[in-house]
Amino acid sequence: MFPDLLDGLVANLHPAMLLLVLVGTVAGMAIGAMPGLSATMGVALLVPFTFAMDPTPGLVLLGAFYMGAIYGGSFTAILVNAPGTPSSIATAIDGYEMTKQGRSEHAIVAATVGSFVGGLVGVAFLIFLAPPLADFSLRFGPQEYFWVAVFGLTIIVSMSTGSLFKGLIGGAFGLLLATVGISPVGGDVRFTFGQPVLQGGVPLVPALIGLFTIPEVIRLVARRRREAEMADAADGDLQGWLPMVKDILSRPVNLARSSVIGTMVGILPGAGGSVANLVAYNEAKRASKHPETFGRGEVDGVVAAESANNGTVGGGFIPTLTLGVPGTPPDAIILGVLLLHGLRPGAELFTTSGDLVYTFIIALAVSAVMMAPVGLVAGRGLQRGVVALPVRYLAPGIALLSIVGAYAIRSSVIDVAIMLVLGVAAYFLSRVGIGAAPIVLGLVLGPILETGLVQGMLTSTGAAQPWLTFFTRPVSLVLVAMSALALLWPVYQARARRDRGVPAQGGAD
Amino acid sequence: MTPIRTLRMVAPIAATGLVLAGCGSAGESAADYPEQRIDYVLPFDPGGESDITARLQQEPLQEELGQSVSISYQPGAGGALGWSELTRTEPDGYTVMGCNLPHIILQPLLRDDAGYETDQLKPVYYFQSTPNALLVPNDSEIETLEDFVAEAEANPGALSVGGSGDFSANHIGTLAFADAAGIDVTYTPFSGTGTAVPALLGGHVDALMSYSPQIVQLEDDVRAIAVMTEERMPGLDDVPTFVEQDYDLVDGAYRGVCVPEDTPDEVVDRLAEVFATVNEDPELVESFEEQAFVLENYDPEESIELTDERAGEYEDLLTRLELMP
Repeated sequence: MFPDLLDGLVANLHPAMLLLVLVGTVAGMAIGAMPGLSATMGVALLVPFTFAMDPTPGLVLLGAFYMGAIYGGSFTAILVNAPGTPSSIATAIDGYEMTKQGRSEHAIVAATVGSFVGGLVGVAFLIFLAPPLADFSLRFGPQEYFWVAVFGLTIIVSMSTGSLFKGLIGGAFGLLLATVGISPVGGDVRFTFGQPVLQGGVPLVPALIGLFTIPEVIRLVARRRREAEMADAADGDLQGWLPMVKDILSRPVNLARSSVIGTMVGILPGAGGSVANLVAYNEAKRASKHPETFGRGEVDGVVAAESANNGTVGGGFIPTLTLGVPGTPPDAIILGVLLLHGLRPGAELFTTSGDLVYTFIIALAVSAVMMAPVGLVAGRGLQRGVVALPVRYLAPGIALLSIVGAYAIRSSVIDVAIMLVLGVAAYFLSRVGIGAAPIVLGLVLGPILETGLVQGMLTSTGAAQPWLTFFTRPVSLVLVAMSALALLWPVYQARARRDRGVPAQGGAD
Repeated sequence: MTPIRTLRMVAPIAATGLVLAGCGSAGESAADYPEQRIDYVLPFDPGGESDITARLQQEPLQEELGQSVSISYQPGAGGALGWSELTRTEPDGYTVMGCNLPHIILQPLLRDDAGYETDQLKPVYYFQSTPNALLVPNDSEIETLEDFVAEAEANPGALSVGGSGDFSANHIGTLAFADAAGIDVTYTPFSGTGTAVPALLGGHVDALMSYSPQIVQLEDDVRAIAVMTEERMPGLDDVPTFVEQDYDLVDGAYRGVCVPEDTPDEVVDRLAEVFATVNEDPELVESFEEQAFVLENYDPEESIELTDERAGEYEDLLTRLELMP
């Protein structure tokens, strides 16, 4: 392994290779920043171009592009509340709050540092621990995915800054939306109201754009001008990018925890960046000494979400390369490219094609490293531009971007309609205190929850009591305990605070 | 549905504006076909078997057609969204869509309204199939089909068989086998081969009804106990067939391309010719064999016969099992 690792490193130092990684990273960032053009779609669009190349540079380009795209999704999430990919859902929560407070530069720097660290941590796990982690991922069966989803849903508790009841209404609405279309197990047609186009369900990316971005456009227009504070660099925030980087690096635990969470979720074939960023965000909030600042422009929220989603890149390649099981949707495409070149994933791939595999893996790390300087320049440039843009251009610009983004996914006008309907609904729901985040959470986790439950009941038909298998498997038990803890933690925290005389979080607004 | 059609027309026109300006009214005369770019649409997510196949075909297709071929995706509802969209597409031969059996037979048969009917999709060519293969983990006590049947008879319903999708080739293959062997097993659908495989490797299901490429891809970890072909597959001589063990089961997923039903026959025939030639491309043939894809050659007429024959069999089986709605 180590000679190959060294060869991979040397191969990556070649100027042509560095240029290729740079091009891939920058192109990925640009595509990732466009709402609607997800990392998956971007990678698929890029595949034909790689056919003109040898397998190694082709794969390197795809990997760098993927890494960049996941990072690029943070830009629009922070600047205009439009998560560029489903991996940046949680980034928008605090990132856009920071923008509204005139701290968008700080948020962009946070996303950059987070993505850089997360990307490297994921790759480190991929290099050193791929085989045992791939084996571990196999212990996740239907029952475990069910509990992963339940654990994910406990995030509603911490995301409901106002009232828990309203958060639960939002989550239930999201779960309900997730049931539209052909059921994942059984194939029944549900809630399509006789419209065949709804058989595909509520597509995630148009829904994301609608739920997060459209209410913001309506607010911008209704208010006619932005809050005065939105202008750059309000008082009290750090000035210049270097102090900002130092500020973020001064809390290494958050960075490390979120990166590892991202990597681990990325390894699970049934979950990906869309789940990882939410879980990491939630854990950051739970571990924070001041959880009440989350949702109100907490820089650690941005760091958590962005380090987690770039962690999934390395994590996702673990089952992809060792088992031939794609860890995330873009991995499925890259796996296809491997097969096209006659490269079969498995332990053998690492020995017979070690130079290719390690060149590819190291290129992922190089891409993560390149994101930092490129992001600090391009990201902050974009930030200055957006902040300086008058609302009369900004609002229609975002609206146009939203419509194009929703349409682009599968050239469907219906997706645009779904996006707009959900957007207007989300605007009115937010007026009564029901935020977009719990709805999205329900929409993301609903299918995982349902599939896990039904598959678990089916595969254990032979057991005396099939439902008992949800409680008897070791990994399930751990997840049950984690879910219970997640539900009880806020109660404990509130009590501890009351004892110390600090007002309970979010109770009064 | 006019807005959709208008917008779908605008995109290619914008992209090929120069070509169009040069040729005037493209697509009116079948003799000159093709005069512009052809959209090869897959009704699935990128990365699957259909995608891999289309990628292999892309370059030889462009050579044969003398036009560029662009691959795009319209996933949703197990392919039904794309196929329903195809019925509303201009029948000019400039949009061809990946078409899979048994999907396009079973969806209209079993769903109240799948958004299309099987005969609204005009088959051009079926060029490939992946036979069903029954897989168990390497360390399973089940070593042969006989063991499998014995195990199922000992514990009716307890043996769990995973597969890709509901009423897919995997599902209907499991039903047909259970019916032929007179056993009771529980089929669990996964969202695709990509999620079904780890369920087998992790021991969450006892067996997998999957497709032949997995025999090769997973050769280190799984044992293929039978495959649904007439004869043993080339390169997989040690994998027995169901047929040689007295189960008359030959089935799997067939991949081809379709166009809207009103597409002129001349255009369909021209396309079929091209796909037939592409099927002889040495690189494609080699890659197919490596990955255990079976090369098929069904011209438009034979494709319709194949579809009708499969449809008849499925209807019989589902009626017998009382699964028809």
